[in-house]
Amino acid sequence: MSDFLELFNLTKVYATPSGPTVIVKDFNLRIKRGEFVCLIGHSGCGKSTVLSMIAGLNELSGGGMILAGRELVGPGPDRGVVFQSPCLLPWLTAFENVMLGVDQVFHPAPKPERRQIAEYYLSVVGLAHAMHKKPAELSQGMRQRVGIARAFALSPRMLLLDEPFGMLDSLTRMELQQVLIELWRRDQKTALMVTHDVDEALFLSDRIVMMTNGPEAEVGAILEVNFPRPRERGAVLEHPDYYKLREYLIDFLEVRAHKKNLVTHHPPVEPRPAAAASVLVNSN
Amino acid sequence: MAFLELKNVGKHFGTTEVLRDIDLSIEQGEFVAIVGFSGSGKTTLISLIAGLLQPDEGTITLNDLEISAPGPDRGIVFQNYSLLPWLTAFENVLLAVEQAFPNWSAAKKRQHTEKYLALVNLSPARDRKPGELSGGMKQRVAVARALALEPQILLLDEPLSALDALTRATLQEEISRIREETRKTVVLITNDPDEGIYLADRIIPLTAGPGATLGPSFRVDIPHPRDRKSINHHAQFKTMRRGIGDFLLGSRREHHQFATRKLILPQIEPEDLSLPRPMGRRRPVRPKEIQRELIELE
Repeated sequence: MSDFLELFNLTKVYATPSGPTVIVKDFNLRIKRGEFVCLIGHSGCGKSTVLSMIAGLNELSGGGMILAGRELVGPGPDRGVVFQSPCLLPWLTAFENVMLGVDQVFHPAPKPERRQIAEYYLSVVGLAHAMHKKPAELSQGMRQRVGIARAFALSPRMLLLDEPFGMLDSLTRMELQQVLIELWRRDQKTALMVTHDVDEALFLSDRIVMMTNGPEAEVGAILEVNFPRPRERGAVLEHPDYYKLREYLIDFLEVRAHKKNLVTHHPPVEPRPAAAASVLVNSN
Repeated sequence: MAFLELKNVGKHFGTTEVLRDIDLSIEQGEFVAIVGFSGSGKTTLISLIAGLLQPDEGTITLNDLEISAPGPDRGIVFQNYSLLPWLTAFENVLLAVEQAFPNWSAAKKRQHTEKYLALVNLSPARDRKPGELSGGMKQRVAVARALALEPQILLLDEPLSALDALTRATLQEEISRIREETRKTVVLITNDPDEGIYLADRIIPLTAGPGATLGPSFRVDIPHPRDRKSINHHAQFKTMRRGIGDFLLGSRREHHQFATRKLILPQIEPEDLSLPRPMGRRRPVRPKEIQRELIELE
């Protein structure tokens, strides 16, 4: 199968008072159509930076991106983004929040059809009874359901999820993972999700990309997850390989965390990152 | 008679039934975790045990005495720390000590306070005010304050929910260590089944509200102190992770209203908004109308 999303030498450099800092360096990844990929790594390793670059919300310092045969420049509704906090407009109802994007992307369609699209996705995420409530009347978990419905409703080519369940308690998180995986299966969307929850990554993904700690974060290793689909939480937990893979991932994160601690305990060693960065900046 | 005993306890606010038919007995020295969804009534339950709320039905007894008001025999740690912002860490703990042991000499009160700040590894930060402490450190102060009362039972109401994952793991280890050192009876309220399995002797799920009640107990026989990594190989850890999650998610599903409703999803292609909009009204593009150009190659 051909690659749907190609990330080629993605690099992000930020200027800091002590010189440029390379956050992400030569990040390469190919994702197939319909694949669900998780990016896992510690807070601050640069995984959200990668995602926001794909979303077009953060400029590239180097490298390029191709989605469905076209180079990606700037943000657009062809990538549906779900953020950690759902970012809903508080003065609009859940339905109106979803309609905002639907009206844009499907502007030639008659109004009743646009309404049907919003109603369909809000119902599928379990908000049929609450779609005309404002965000303040919804629980945190319900607001994030609106965020998911909004992203799917635009029929994006791919989904970008930036720790969408990070602010939820672990039980609500399990519920929403099930909602997400069912929608994903129904719509066959290509998805890239950032998370630091090992169980979440194992439950959802076809592949887990482990990122090394920043600065100069890159792909550390890739884990194939072959649990049969459609997946159901209990059955996945019972799979004989589940805890082996879980331990492998935790191990990866712990080893990297350890390295990171060493770095932060003796901070100003000579600025190798800065040297590398200046080369990159010059080459641009 | 168990050490802490709740018999047929129920509580409602106005017309909303929050808790019903709560039966719970906890032995002295036991560490029990109550796991449930946000909003299911976990805090109401611990407030009843703390004496901050009165049950509408049933009785709660600690050591055979009925609980009717808050008291220093029960130390509480809240999710939001509840420290006085104008007092230092030391003064916050001392305030509780002065209330609980008014007859002690000033020196003894101070010494007692020091001892508990040391237990939670906070002696170096004793003179800082809450505003100058991280979330994890604030929660250490709250734990020291609760333990300094020398309570018969320690009530922890989601003490780690507001903390990031790494701090949470560190504090879980601290709670486990402190518990081994003090052998206190502990009731922990949490929304994280893994936290319960790591810390507790027994886990009891609280079903999704309204009208929440306790589910079956899951006993954890994994010896203390538990190691986060090797616990992965424990058969009981695996069955329990699945069992608790399934029970709670199932209890939530029972509350969902199932209304069958016909949903229509119109099949329309999204527009490319990066192109200029054509003038005048246009029909939407439907997938079946998409024409694929065939190019013949020689």
